[in-house]
Amino acid sequence: MKVKVLSRNPDDYVRETKLDIQRVPRNYDPALHPFEVSREYTRALNATKLDRVFAKPFLASLDGHRDGVNCMAKHTKSLSTLLSGACDGEVKVWDLTKHECVRTLQAHEGFVRGIVVRYCGTSFFTVGDDKTIKQWKMEAPGYGEEEEPLNTVLGKTVFTGLDHHQNQAVFATCGQQVDIWDEQRSSPIRSFTWGVDSFSSVRFNPVETELLASCASDRSIVLYDMRESAPLKKVIMKMRSNTVCWNPMEAYYFTCSNEDYNLYTYDMRYLDRPLTVHMDHVSAVLDVDYSPTGREFVSASFDKTIRIFPKNAGHSREVYHTKRMQHVICTKWSADNKYILSGSDEMNIRLWKANASEKLGVLGPREREARNYNQKLREKFQHHPQIKRIARHRHLPKNIFHQSKELRIMKEARRRKESNVRKHSKPGAVPVVSEKEKHVLTVVK
Amino acid sequence: MASAGEATVNASHVGKKKKSAARYWENPQGESKDENKDVEDGDQTETTEKVDQKKTQEAKKRKQEENDMAGKKFISGKSDPFPGPAPVPEDRIQKFKRKNKNKMPRPHPKLRDIIRQSDKASEMSQEQAARFDLLLPEDAGFLEGDEGEDTCMISQEDIANAVDITSGAKHFNLKLSQFGPYRVDYSKTGRHLLIGGRRGHIACLDWQSKQLMCEINVMESVNDVKWLHSESMYAVAQKKWLYIYDSRGIELHCIRKFNDVLRMQFLPYHFLLATASATGFLQYLDVSVGKEVAAICTKTGRIDVMCQNPYNAIIHLGHHNGTVSLWSPNQKEPLVKMLCHQGNVRSVAVDKSGTYMVTSGMDKKLKVYDIRAFKPLKSYFLPAGASCLSLSQRGLLSAATGDIVQVYRDVWSTPVTKPYMAHRAQGAVWGLQFCPFEDVLGVGHGDGFTSMLVPGAGEPNFDGLDANPYRSAKQRQEWEVKALLEKIQPELISLDPHELGQVDQASFKQRHQDRVQALGFDPLATEKFIPRHKKKGRSSAGNIEKRKKQVAHEDQRTVIRRTVEDKMKIQQEREAREKKAAVLSSQKSALDRFKK
Repeated sequence: MKVKVLSRNPDDYVRETKLDIQRVPRNYDPALHPFEVSREYTRALNATKLDRVFAKPFLASLDGHRDGVNCMAKHTKSLSTLLSGACDGEVKVWDLTKHECVRTLQAHEGFVRGIVVRYCGTSFFTVGDDKTIKQWKMEAPGYGEEEEPLNTVLGKTVFTGLDHHQNQAVFATCGQQVDIWDEQRSSPIRSFTWGVDSFSSVRFNPVETELLASCASDRSIVLYDMRESAPLKKVIMKMRSNTVCWNPMEAYYFTCSNEDYNLYTYDMRYLDRPLTVHMDHVSAVLDVDYSPTGREFVSASFDKTIRIFPKNAGHSREVYHTKRMQHVICTKWSADNKYILSGSDEMNIRLWKANASEKLGVLGPREREARNYNQKLREKFQHHPQIKRIARHRHLPKNIFHQSKELRIMKEARRRKESNVRKHSKPGAVPVVSEKEKHVLTVVK
Repeated sequence: MASAGEATVNASHVGKKKKSAARYWENPQGESKDENKDVEDGDQTETTEKVDQKKTQEAKKRKQEENDMAGKKFISGKSDPFPGPAPVPEDRIQKFKRKNKNKMPRPHPKLRDIIRQSDKASEMSQEQAARFDLLLPEDAGFLEGDEGEDTCMISQEDIANAVDITSGAKHFNLKLSQFGPYRVDYSKTGRHLLIGGRRGHIACLDWQSKQLMCEINVMESVNDVKWLHSESMYAVAQKKWLYIYDSRGIELHCIRKFNDVLRMQFLPYHFLLATASATGFLQYLDVSVGKEVAAICTKTGRIDVMCQNPYNAIIHLGHHNGTVSLWSPNQKEPLVKMLCHQGNVRSVAVDKSGTYMVTSGMDKKLKVYDIRAFKPLKSYFLPAGASCLSLSQRGLLSAATGDIVQVYRDVWSTPVTKPYMAHRAQGAVWGLQFCPFEDVLGVGHGDGFTSMLVPGAGEPNFDGLDANPYRSAKQRQEWEVKALLEKIQPELISLDPHELGQVDQASFKQRHQDRVQALGFDPLATEKFIPRHKKKGRSSAGNIEKRKKQVAHEDQRTVIRRTVEDKMKIQQEREAREKKAAVLSSQKSALDRFKK
């Protein structure tokens, strides 16, 4: 007779001393783990619920400005530094880790219209309503010294926007025309006009560094090459665009925030129709900024909310609002992809998490593993109706909720009317125009 | 560098072993062998051609070696004969394969990438799991007789003497003749044992260390006992009500909604206690919140045969008319009704993989069914019929006939003629259960309890996060919290537990029907045309009818126009295609027939 009976040595399965961690022998045989799918689904449901429970995006409010915040700039070298310009001409430099203002300077008379940090991070430029461009040192003046700009250029007209070249001593301003300036000279080295009276925003392309895009008040977005004397091409839309922002990773895409409550992502090679129309805001969109990964962007709107859109989604994945936040004028996505900053009318700058339920600080290895696992589960089961419902739900202020409902009804009515017109007219007389094509008037080269 | 002599040795050695796999390093070796032959021949009759050939071969070899050196840096001068990770045997991977592969007819291009990536990831994880299988520490038990010796003739004492002391101590008898016969239940980890005597005696013990946790007499008849999710609580079906006690024997609850319970089953992943009563009710109690989830009147009279399918948490009930019915808490009707026996069903058991069901009936038959296809597989005749059945984790079947317990092996794959093991208990057997993760069969009978050694019954390797027999109190608490967090809702119980992970390919029609049912009206229905009332006698019955007809014709015309358009389109396409083909055929040149 040959016999063997299961006999385990407990020493192999329990820890030796109390200081050890417990032993957990594993066996991945699927037969020992029944209801795999249902259990994963339950876990995904829990993860989704917890995600909403922990969604507390608001971190801090930076107060100190004495008028509405009109523009902000990220520091190019330091993550914790932020510069902001207010409507009373004051510029403040903030330390984001301490949530405090480290420096204040009266830069301009009237509005600060634009602010940008030089690529080396040692100085920054401001433009204002007093028709001047000023260059300032990044470090504060020593004790007893007076706050004075390094350089001041007096322009002919009011400047409304400003951007600096990625790696050359060249910057661009916009106003009545788009000007390219050399830092050493007091007159522009080039200026572009194309039959419009003013521009609201100008941006250098982060990859093709000689390219620029600007928004004009004749409802057009104009592309320029700095090396050429004339603009490249422009697209005219139904409504005016406020700002434009290039995608930092796929730099042939740019997104513009429009007065018609939408944002449009264009491919600069094919301007005749936008790639995506991003809808959700219920009032004019004032500013837009891409995340450094180029996968998402944040938009600030006159409707007192900021929204986060995936770059190719038609609707936002997140909306941030507080009771006290008024019309949001400018917004920035921090360079470490973790935070969002918004400057609003009521003189405050707010710091938000880019990912509402993210835990801040260093994660332990098990924490990180659990987070990744939960994220994967949520992704796997995202289309199940129960999970979708919980993940999508956002609380909105009452007026925005009703306004969006109203807009939806209006849109539906318009669509219905159009289809009725089509039904009662000669076939082909009223063609179907897609949502993307609706908002573009012409492309001019 | 290997010299020519070494090369021959290597070559012969390799040749002896196998020649199948073509390796890149074999080529130069083969050539060197040829050369050696040439050298050994040493004939002066070598033609100059041969010399040339040899030279070129040598040159080739040198070149090849140089190439090899350039491609990889050999430290010892020898290449790895088994490059890459070791292959995993196909059968081992098969064990970890998930059955439900999402086969979509033509996925969206965006989806296709996602599906491909997730398939790749799951394949990789399956392979890793299969690789890990090699490291499992324990092997299953076995019992083999000598030549001419039947394993069923080997007595329990012999086995207990033959194995080591700790294993031998797992065979024991509890002589409890006063309050028998006994029902038996092992906890999910197999560490704790609960026995309940017919006449009210209940005891729970840590059976390996033989430590008594509690012992009470409820002074009432006891129909069934069951551990709940952990060893801290158990349920007892007493004469009238269902009671819940803790491991110290303190009564926690008396549940008056559950009366005359005869049999119980606990669904560990759903935290549901399913009870079958003498009044014919099947009731589900959620033990995590203490709420009754479902009460189903089966309308089949007294139910005292019950088991669960561990694969999909479906409850199987055996009835007096020979049918076995399958139930889920979501449906008032049985999911399936099978006629299994002529006469009473005495016992039912379902295996761990949810593939096979074994039933025994008053017709003295033991039948094996495939319950995925609902087909009978095997039918055995037992002279006395089996009163209790139990299946072990590794698929051994124990059947009790009177006071004899027989254990069978491979009942569903091969026709069985004699039992694997047999044992005679002191009294008629009333409860029978295999202990999980141990080679032990617990037998409750009229004279107490017997723990039998059945080599090869238990799963040798447990999963520490699922059911760990060696867990500490702290670990148990942690497990309890985790298990409660991922409690599966009773609505998810269905015949196919993988249904949730599959693509819902309900047709538009079906979805529309569901929507109509949920809303109470049809949102897509066209409004019925009601003619407006017109004055001056223009709303006569005939006029109204005429207007109605006009509208109806208008609608019909649009439908007809659309179909005609579609037809025209198809015809045009066909014509264009034919025209193209004709043009192509007319361009044929005379030389085309020489082409292949």
